Amino acid sequence: MEEKVVFKRPALLENVPLHYCPGCTHGIVHRLIAETLEELGVTQENVIGVAPVGCAVFAYDYFTCDMAEAAHGRAPSVATGIKRVHPDKVVFSYQGDGDLASIGMAETVHAAARNENFTVIFINNSIYGMTGGQMAPTTLLGQYSTTSQHGRDPKLNGYPIHVSEMLSQLVGPQYIERVSTHDAAHVLQAKKAIKKAFQYQLEGKGFSMVEVLVACPTNWKMTPDKAVQYIKDEVMKFYPLGVYKDRG
Amino acid sequence: MARVIFETDRCKGCGLCVMACPKKIVHINGDVVNAIGYNPAEVTDMSQCIGCAMCATMCPDCVIEVRR
Repeated sequence: MEEKVVFKRPALLENVPLHYCPGCTHGIVHRLIAETLEELGVTQENVIGVAPVGCAVFAYDYFTCDMAEAAHGRAPSVATGIKRVHPDKVVFSYQGDGDLASIGMAETVHAAARNENFTVIFINNSIYGMTGGQMAPTTLLGQYSTTSQHGRDPKLNGYPIHVSEMLSQLVGPQYIERVSTHDAAHVLQAKKAIKKAFQYQLEGKGFSMVEVLVACPTNWKMTPDKAVQYIKDEVMKFYPLGVYKDRG
Repeated sequence: MARVIFETDRCKGCGLCVMACPKKIVHINGDVVNAIGYNPAEVTDMSQCIGCAMCATMCPDCVIEVRR
């Protein structure tokens, strides 16, 4: 019987080593984007991505499609411009929680409210990764970070922002789902969600966002196995998975 | 027969594939240090591999290719 390759690096991903820390699941999400676009029959010359500021700032080196690098938090605005000039291209922005939920909150909310026809991939690791593990708007109550060393205290630091829940209250967005990457079953579920988001964009429906819970073993001060367990035990309790909006 | 091929010198030894393998045949080889300074993952008994690609699904660095 002839041997078949059933799993390999997708063509939309450059054949280069990723700079992410061991156990960081950013790389899985990169691959899911490349795989789903390939499955939808979108070729590299028909995709334009927008990279954020944060750990994923080098995302422009990892995809074979055209990429733009936006100022911190401004990826949805840059993606809006690109999509309006190139309505026939698939446009996505890839943003972390510090980028999307903090400095870029206004851009995110208004792009969603305007129902701009592009896809946001929102990486939520509940911490500022690149700058050294400071408290983010999404840091859990009681979670350690370098700026909340005894755990996040709501009296001092307030409460975390649930971005998917918040954006789902707007009329504009077409599809919002929160998924996780802590085990293979959930990664496959995440792939389905990302595929659906791109599908909606290809059908011209409008704004779609997939929030992906990602592990940050380095800044959570955990081993990779403990970090994925932490997503399962703590992060998912605080940020429940599910479809928050689907206008069909 | 199913088999997996690890691009050993790209592996960061995070062990997410070890946790994902339903047959428990992937392990981190502590005796080997690869080109980027990590202990890479490897398969102990390839004859038990069922080619489910769960290890590759969890690999953040696209190190694993699965054939069957």
